[in-house]
Amino acid sequence: MGEAPLSKIIVMTSGKGGVGKTTSSAAFATGLALRGFKTVVIDFDVGLRNLDLVMGCERRVVFDFINVINGEAKLSQALIKDKRIDNLYVLPTSQTRDKDALTAAGVERVLNELAKDFDYILCDSPAGIERGALMALYFADHAIIVTNPEVSSVRDSDRILGVLASRSRRAEQGLEPVTQQLLLTRYDPERVERGEMLKVDDVLEILAIPLLGVIPESQAVLRASNVGMPVILDESSNAGQAYTDAVGRFLGEDIEHRFMAPQKKGLFSRFLRRSA
Amino acid sequence: MSIFSFFRSAPRPSAVQAKERLQIVMAHERAGRAGPDYLPMLQQELLAVIAKYIDIDQNKVEVKLDRGSDCSTLELNIELPAREQLKSAMAAVRKPETKAGGDGLKAGAPLASSEDKKRH
Ligand SMILES: Nc1ncnc2c1ncn2[C@@H]1O[C@H](COP(=O)(O)OP(=O)(O)OP(=O)(O)O)[C@@H](O)[C@H]1O
Ligand SMILES: [Mg+2]
Repeated sequence: MGEAPLSKIIVMTSGKGGVGKTTSSAAFATGLALRGFKTVVIDFDVGLRNLDLVMGCERRVVFDFINVINGEAKLSQALIKDKRIDNLYVLPTSQTRDKDALTAAGVERVLNELAKDFDYILCDSPAGIERGALMALYFADHAIIVTNPEVSSVRDSDRILGVLASRSRRAEQGLEPVTQQLLLTRYDPERVERGEMLKVDDVLEILAIPLLGVIPESQAVLRASNVGMPVILDESSNAGQAYTDAVGRFLGEDIEHRFMAPQKKGLFSRFLRRSA
Repeated sequence: MSIFSFFRSAPRPSAVQAKERLQIVMAHERAGRAGPDYLPMLQQELLAVIAKYIDIDQNKVEVKLDRGSDCSTLELNIELPAREQLKSAMAAVRKPETKAGGDGLKAGAPLASSEDKKRH
């Protein structure tokens, strides 16, 4: 469905840990599949497998990415088809091996095989700038930089931008650079308004890359991961809607940003907060 | 809220401080990596020359390459010891960037970073 995408391989990366890469990978892959694109999301966090839990397919993992790299299983045996959404597949990683199992040649072979069949390949990067993170970003056409409005996350994102510019395949081979967009997650408009949290504009000014979306801090994220459902499927939640918007923008649609201002409070809840 | 708090000047919001701190630290870090690979060597050699004449603290030296649309600047910022009266000395080499992007030092060293080369 749709036109053949220009950016096939997308990496969700951040440098810093725990900022929402896996949450965003699950949401984004689901969103792309909902829009009719055949999508696979790959867990590159070897040894700390979690994407399976967030996607709700943890009990169906038999073979994994590393098995396929090592030739111990066929790709078709390791791919898990999502039960809810057509066109959506998960390639889980190994829980027992370490990141050295990710060889560039092995990763490339698997990605090439997937590219024949899928519209989008989404790579959920581990934290850090070591082997796992490097392998997740190396073959990328497009990078989504997941950042929290917080000093260390912003600095680490900048570091990752530097790595993309120098150590990705596109950089090494002198091709068109990896395209980049910012996904600002865990944004709390009320704390921003109180001057306690960096504004979207501050982060944009510092990192100087286009904004893909702002995902508000939301209790729906934990609820969704509790039950193994990508939060984008919680259509009533702000976070779910913000991810849907971001997917639309990724596909080139002009969608206004939402959830960046504090929600208007009624008199009653304002009174409650005062006295709390 | 006490009435006196109206007279106290509002403290600077912590987010403002966060932004300023980030801008400063990242300017340093970017200069270190985004610059061409010869920048660290250039810095060392310049230092060696200056150290022959003046007693300088290696940590108080900054070599920065800034690219504007029509002008690139190589900035050398050295903090001299207090007894020298001068707090810092600045030397800047400026040269308008040519259309082809072939900006360079007067000595003829290519100033184009590897990133720039790829664009041509
Ligand atoms: N928008 C949000 N609102 C509230 N909580 C969030 C939000 N996004 C992520 N979280 C929570 O933050 C935690 C870390 O998220 P996640 O696992 O997606 O991060 P990660 O970047 O993949 O971490 P790692 O670097 O360890 O792989 C989780 O507990 C998740 O529920
Ligand atoms: Mg993760």
